[in-house]
Amino acid sequence: MTVPEGSIEADLDFDVIVVGAGIAGAVTAYQLARQGRSVVLIERGEAPGSKNLSGGVLYCRGMQEVFPDFLQEAPVERLITRNHVNFLNVQSSIGIDYQDTRLADPVNAVTVLRAKLDPWLAEKCEEAGVFIMAGVRVDCVLTQDGPTGRRVVGVRAGDDELHAHVVVAADGVNSFIAQEVGLRTKPPLNHLATGVKCVVTMPRESIEARFNLTGDQGAAFAVVGDCTQGVGGGGFLYTNTDSISVGVVLRLDDLVAKKKAATDVFDHFLAHPLIAPYLQGGEVVEYGCHLVAEGGLDMIGQIAMDGLVVVGDAAGLTLNTGLTVRGMDLAVASGVAAAAGIGSALDRKDPSMLGLAGYRRALFASSAGKDMGTYAKAPSFLQVERMYQDYGELLGNVLYGVFNLNNLPREHLVKVAFKALKKSPVKIRHLISDGIAGVRAL
Amino acid sequence: MNPLSIPQRLAKNRFVLDDQSHIEVNQQVVKATGCGKTIVDCCPAHVYTQEPDGTLLVEYAACLECGTCLAVAAPGALKWHYPRGGFGIQYREG
Repeated sequence: MTVPEGSIEADLDFDVIVVGAGIAGAVTAYQLARQGRSVVLIERGEAPGSKNLSGGVLYCRGMQEVFPDFLQEAPVERLITRNHVNFLNVQSSIGIDYQDTRLADPVNAVTVLRAKLDPWLAEKCEEAGVFIMAGVRVDCVLTQDGPTGRRVVGVRAGDDELHAHVVVAADGVNSFIAQEVGLRTKPPLNHLATGVKCVVTMPRESIEARFNLTGDQGAAFAVVGDCTQGVGGGGFLYTNTDSISVGVVLRLDDLVAKKKAATDVFDHFLAHPLIAPYLQGGEVVEYGCHLVAEGGLDMIGQIAMDGLVVVGDAAGLTLNTGLTVRGMDLAVASGVAAAAGIGSALDRKDPSMLGLAGYRRALFASSAGKDMGTYAKAPSFLQVERMYQDYGELLGNVLYGVFNLNNLPREHLVKVAFKALKKSPVKIRHLISDGIAGVRAL
Repeated sequence: MNPLSIPQRLAKNRFVLDDQSHIEVNQQVVKATGCGKTIVDCCPAHVYTQEPDGTLLVEYAACLECGTCLAVAAPGALKWHYPRGGFGIQYREG
């Protein structure tokens, strides 16, 4: 495609405007500033991070490629060395407990609190030359009719207009910008979940003793089953330095269908007799929530148009594989890829959709992008109803049959399992079909 | 641990209160579609309450700005955008 003369104006305010100082926005801005571009990072919160919330586990290798001293410098909480996957029933809990010191060297995942991490990222951006504009809400993008259709040329915030070659929509899961320009429609409810979370403080010694941790090491508990009263989704407990992030993530289609209140489900989790002891003596210091886009690859449509790219949550970049729930590392990957794509578009003076196509190529060439493809079938597998109640109960009943020595003669494990299966709504054909689907999806 | 009530939890948060609401309800759409109860149930901050006649009341100051209400509301039932820059929830932990 030939680009007509004058499609790049000389009198712009910035090369690039980034909307949203979360991880995706900050990484995009930082990388572009390091290329020598003039960049403004606009944040509606009174300071970067003040609107941002995550469950708390960041798979940090990608971040370390951007910031080699990330682990030494950034305000991370704990290094995750213990992953506990838990089927929680009303009276029982069955866990797969995986603790491994190798996960600390090299570090693979850390817990973070975003109101602490994101200001550090913004500081890094500022050091690299990014102009930070906090406390400013972008109301809409500015567009012009260009040679190839509608083209984004800037943003409006109140009475102010800013113009740039490229606008980066890093405005989160609700991305009003991506919706406004027609890159994203309202996602279906089965692709959305609401996360509800408390931060509970307690002395670090209590956390380390309770979760069997040494020093800076941390634990991530992922829970399914009665923690959500059977609603699709799960619960989590993540250890921070001197607090615990505890929450539930509830798939909205199922929450609505089961007519449950989100807060009732969360309260039930907090009060569960097998969960409450972890929180005993703690103090709730903050309450927050966040919408999660769980559609996986299906939810990523167009991520670029003339003059605009979408990154992070705004692009639907979240990945729930059942065992790991990822968003922040994908935000990093999309920021790196977007900055590369925008950089080459600016070099070629072609910020059109075609000129920005390097972003998509770079994203899907990255390991995070490839993972989106690998786990494309995970969302529909994770919608299997049985995952959230029946399997946990079945497992609990088998183990009860094994461990409950009730003065009756013992039976072989196979027989115990078969009897439990007969009482369960789970049928052998479910075990087989879900097993095969699980192997394929995960 | 004392799990606290929702208002008690919200009281632990830092909010910068705007004098204008960022949420508008179209009561006719809410009543016609019956989506009021769903909105009330799904909001983690208990921003919404429903009167016996179906009118949906809004306590916008408690809003945690997650967007769940907008996702579950019938089309046209809510006009919801982010509060003006610098206003609303300001997380200290996140």
